[in-house]
Amino acid sequence: MTTFVELLLGGLSMGSVYALIALGFVVIFKATEVVNFAHASLLLAGGYVTAVLHDDIGFWPALGVGIAGAAVVGSAVEYTVMRRYRGADHSVLAIVTIGVDILLTTELTRRIGTDVLALGDPWGDKLLTVGDITIAQTRVAAFVAAALLITVFLLAFRYTTWGVSMRAAAENPQTAALMGVRLGRVSLSAWAVAGSLAAVAALFLTVFPTPGLERATSLAALKAFPAAILGGLDSTTGALAGGLIVGVTESFATGYQSDLTFLGRGFGDLAPYLVMVAVLLIRPAGLFGTKELARV
Amino acid sequence: MAALEVRALSVGYGPVRALHEVSLDVPPGGITAVLGGNGAGKSTLLRAISRTLGFHRGTAGGGTVHFDGRPLDGLGAAGVVAAGVVQVPEGRQVFARMTVADNLRAGALGARGGRKRYAASLAEVHELFPVLADRAGQRAGLLSGGEQQMLALARGLMARPRLLLLDEPSLGLAPLVAARIGETIRRINDTGTSVLLVEQNASMALRLASRAYVLEVGEVTLEGDAAELAASDEVRRRYLGVVDETAAEDADRAQESAPVLRRWTA
Repeated sequence: MTTFVELLLGGLSMGSVYALIALGFVVIFKATEVVNFAHASLLLAGGYVTAVLHDDIGFWPALGVGIAGAAVVGSAVEYTVMRRYRGADHSVLAIVTIGVDILLTTELTRRIGTDVLALGDPWGDKLLTVGDITIAQTRVAAFVAAALLITVFLLAFRYTTWGVSMRAAAENPQTAALMGVRLGRVSLSAWAVAGSLAAVAALFLTVFPTPGLERATSLAALKAFPAAILGGLDSTTGALAGGLIVGVTESFATGYQSDLTFLGRGFGDLAPYLVMVAVLLIRPAGLFGTKELARV
Repeated sequence: MAALEVRALSVGYGPVRALHEVSLDVPPGGITAVLGGNGAGKSTLLRAISRTLGFHRGTAGGGTVHFDGRPLDGLGAAGVVAAGVVQVPEGRQVFARMTVADNLRAGALGARGGRKRYAASLAEVHELFPVLADRAGQRAGLLSGGEQQMLALARGLMARPRLLLLDEPSLGLAPLVAARIGETIRRINDTGTSVLLVEQNASMALRLASRAYVLEVGEVTLEGDAAELAASDEVRRRYLGVVDETAAEDADRAQESAPVLRRWTA
């Protein structure tokens, strides 16, 4: 039973980190209808900046710079690349993001090399024990931070002027333009927000029990893709649900691996994709994806 | 001086010519109508004014658009809204997934002025359309067609335009509802907002407008006082569906002379 609860808590914590990544993914998709395959490299960029700076300026400032840095990289991609293609087909744009991803990832992996970079977080490998249950402090921090950020984001999305222009542009760009919404700014802000959320996620993907930031970190970030897709690509709620489902599935599949040996090893990495396929078979638009709702 | 001056405007979609040297004036404070059938270039004209041709891959080939003496040609869509010219798109295009209240908020995104100004606009709009206050929390996609058109108008008004561009506001509405929308347009105009009304429903448009233009295949073929146009044979026959007596006689005679074809011409 304790194993179960520990796995569940660990899964929820990882899930909330995936939700952060998936949320950035969904924000860009909503604002620009572009599937952003460069998201994992934004994450890597944010993590890298934090890792490089934390020795000199301390962890928290480094994290701040990392978040800002990822936001800048995201905006730069939007401004220098995506904007040139405005009006092009969305599937073309998605392929362009693959190109951007390859460029960014290549440069970052060249810099990281074979190193495993620590991000210098204050939690280290300390544990938190409540009754029978033991969980790493990093997992608690991840959950709290993600929950906080997601709440702030959702409130902003719902109540601020920024949120209204974002939603208007997402639903009907041309009409939003007629209302005076500057679509370029909306798209730029979406990339910036997605970048900064990814940088926070980078921190929690690389803290204990993971050894640190390495080339493969962007692969871990890929698990947010099934999260976003099974939740419904255009739904912020879906990103949250999807993230949690993926996190918990992965945690259980890994934790109970010894009972599942007939499936071979590494089933935990695979499980999220299986869940995604199963969900899409039943609900092709994802759990919370939009089915058209209109009366004419 | 006219509030809006369009001079020799030409627009094409790739190789397709949509507007050819169209000139028109919208005097301040009045309602000006543009009539024409499908594909005459009415919507293109509005897109060219509101600078949203790019969404349809259209390009302006020449000509100028001025509002209060200021050129709109070089601006983006947001700049046109800031200049005081707001278009209410064809087919209502309310943000279906957003609430009525958020739709109105979206309408004010391009407006200058702070919270006070916003509250004032909201109060005015609610006075004009009380139903929108009742439905504030409801998703716009669930409103009826007439209510959606009201919301689209109200959303346009939230930006406090000095010139409102209306693209087919009566499209797809029941005659009674369309008449109510017409009445509302007149009330909006009474408060000092100039209106450029693009309509296929010529009888409604000519009743509301003081001046009218007829657009055919991208060119202005007729223009003048709305009442005079409404009385002219050309417009009556082509846009108002009025068949005068001599025409009816002509038709009768034609039928008599060719009775065999009756089944096919009926």
